Amino acid sequence: MNIVVCVKQIPDPAAPPAIDEANGTLARSGKLVMDDSDSYGVEMALQLAEQAGGGEVTLVSMAPNGETSGLRTALAMGAAKAILVSDEALAGSDALATAKVLARAVGRVKPDLIVAATESTDGYTGTTPVQLAELLGFPSITFAKQISVSDGKLAVQRQTEVGYDEVECQLPAVVTVTAGVVEPRYPSFKGIMAAKSKPVDQLTLSDLGLDASEVGATGSGQEVLSVVDAPQRASGEIIVDDGEAHQRVVQFLQELKLV
Amino acid sequence: MAVGRVLVVVESVGGQALPASLELLTEARSIAGNVDAIAWGAGGAASLAGEVGGYGAARLFDVGDVGDSLPGPVVAGAISGIVASGDAPEVILIPTTYDCRDIAGRLSVKINRPVITNVIDLEAGDDGIRSVHSLFGGTQIATARFTGDKPWIFVVRAKSFAPLQSGGPAAEVIPVQPGDLDATGAATITSHHVESQTGPKLDEADVVVSGGRGLGTKEAYAMVEELAELLKGAAGASRAIVDAGWVPYARQVGQTGKTVKPTVYIACGISGATQHLVGMKGAKHIIAINKDQEAPIFSVADVGVVGDVHQVMPKLIEAIKALA
Ligand SMILES: Cc1cc2nc3c(=O)[nH]c(=O)nc-3n(C[C@H](O)[C@H](O)[C@H](O)COP(=O)(O)OP(=O)(O)OC[C@H]3O[C@@H](n4cnc5c(N)ncnc54)[C@H](O)[C@@H]3O)c2cc1C
Ligand SMILES: Nc1ncnc2c1ncn2[C@@H]1O[C@H](COP(=O)(O)O)[C@@H](O)[C@H]1O
Repeated sequence: MNIVVCVKQIPDPAAPPAIDEANGTLARSGKLVMDDSDSYGVEMALQLAEQAGGGEVTLVSMAPNGETSGLRTALAMGAAKAILVSDEALAGSDALATAKVLARAVGRVKPDLIVAATESTDGYTGTTPVQLAELLGFPSITFAKQISVSDGKLAVQRQTEVGYDEVECQLPAVVTVTAGVVEPRYPSFKGIMAAKSKPVDQLTLSDLGLDASEVGATGSGQEVLSVVDAPQRASGEIIVDDGEAHQRVVQFLQELKLV
Repeated sequence: MAVGRVLVVVESVGGQALPASLELLTEARSIAGNVDAIAWGAGGAASLAGEVGGYGAARLFDVGDVGDSLPGPVVAGAISGIVASGDAPEVILIPTTYDCRDIAGRLSVKINRPVITNVIDLEAGDDGIRSVHSLFGGTQIATARFTGDKPWIFVVRAKSFAPLQSGGPAAEVIPVQPGDLDATGAATITSHHVESQTGPKLDEADVVVSGGRGLGTKEAYAMVEELAELLKGAAGASRAIVDAGWVPYARQVGQTGKTVKPTVYIACGISGATQHLVGMKGAKHIIAINKDQEAPIFSVADVGVVGDVHQVMPKLIEAIKALA
């Protein structure tokens, strides 16, 4: 079974976030890392390919600046190869533009299954994978907390408000995974060394037959007008517990007439 | 009015509209002259006509019974049919729920329009509608707008608006068809599983007590449940302990979980990551117990106790019991 995993490369979330003053979007210059949310998809795909007894895991990523370090992490986990769509014209792409680019890239692989995260850490629109599915004409199952594949059929436990549903569909399909679906492996030293020589196919917009006007900030049809500091909550009262701090909490609840 | 016609996607459970949809119907009235709704459900959505009418919808597009299908492609197909019919809404408001986010993604491609997600407020101006967003755990507020052609699709977070009835008459029911879905409509639900939950619903409770990784063990979550029960509230959780399998997902508070706005939110052993804060920052009062004085949760707390949950919570529980 051939599987594509969408892997977003994002600015290190541990670093303080920076807003690009020019257009009010998140600054994505500098070094990028693999979005933690996608590590679950990579692990899931590796396990499904193993269970199917063959097939390759291919990573697909779009980034404006040719960055591959996030992809190397996923390759080190065990993915076979990667496609990176990189083009300056992609800067400022929204979810729909991103999905259009990813759809063209996925089209080159013709996978049985496409795995993405439920939402990215920095963009968190949560719509890109479903847009991708619609562009490809595939069914999709979002919010998967457990996945299995057999006889060309995808079976998923999908989170709901009150528990979960069992949902199934035929392949090819798109599935989005939640954190916690599997425990992502740490790349081994051998994996990290092997990843250095795994193929990363770098494509531009014209390679994909896409026009710059369809993507990037111009193709996205939306703009950020302002980013301002939110009014802060009045700073509260901090008490260091000396064995009696619970009394203050009780008193506070009494003031609110909750006890 | 900023726009002429708004279509609100109304998700329902057991024949009742979800509060998140009623919130959007309420907001739709203040930005548009004409409000329509679209809904689906077992036996059709016509039974919702009175309820959505009472919140201001003049017409209810009825997608009918979607059977075992996931609603995303079906409802998106029906909306794109409405858009193509020439009777297109200028704005489409969609609540942030599992199924509705699928609808938004599918619809976006079908009508080739972008989507703006994670909206927490809408502002009507001379140049149309602006959306408001909370960034970095609510420390910054962004305002955005569409620059391209309508319809504009906004996906709005729950509890962004207070639902208010308009007292309007039942909506006129208009059946609509999804059109040809081919493989995109192939996903089907084979069974439902309900994880049991007692007490008030997490997103409706007046008091929410949540636990995080600082509890140390799954067993310690019993303290959270006990305190919640004593305060007639609901028990919530951070994603860390949901992922760890300590509690079911239905309890998760935050960006990918529930948005809660109780009178009091009590965070026990929760660090206060931005994705958690967006789900609970709207609480009227916040109490936090955390052993790390630098934990970000203290920046939003009215009363912050720097201490060990295993010391503070049992005493708190006993003291409240003593008052009862
Ligand atoms: C795309 C995305 C979506 C997300 N969505 C959500 C979401 O919806 N909801 C959510 O909650 N998170 C979400 N997260 C995860 C979030 O970033 C944090 O990882 C998570 O909230 C941390 O949970 P926690 O506070 O329980 O754990 P930690 O961050 O590990 O914090 C534990 C805290 O407990 C304290 N502590 C330890 N021992 C004790 C003790 N004995 N007594 C008192 N305090 C103690 C520590 O000081 C620490 O502050 C999301 C992340 C991403 C990337
Ligand atoms: N630029 C990208 N490159 C690769 N995958 C992406 C990209 N953007 C989004 N995705 C995938 O879609 C998921 C949801 O992203 P989002 O719509 O931003 O919340 C991500 O977690 C990725 O799996």
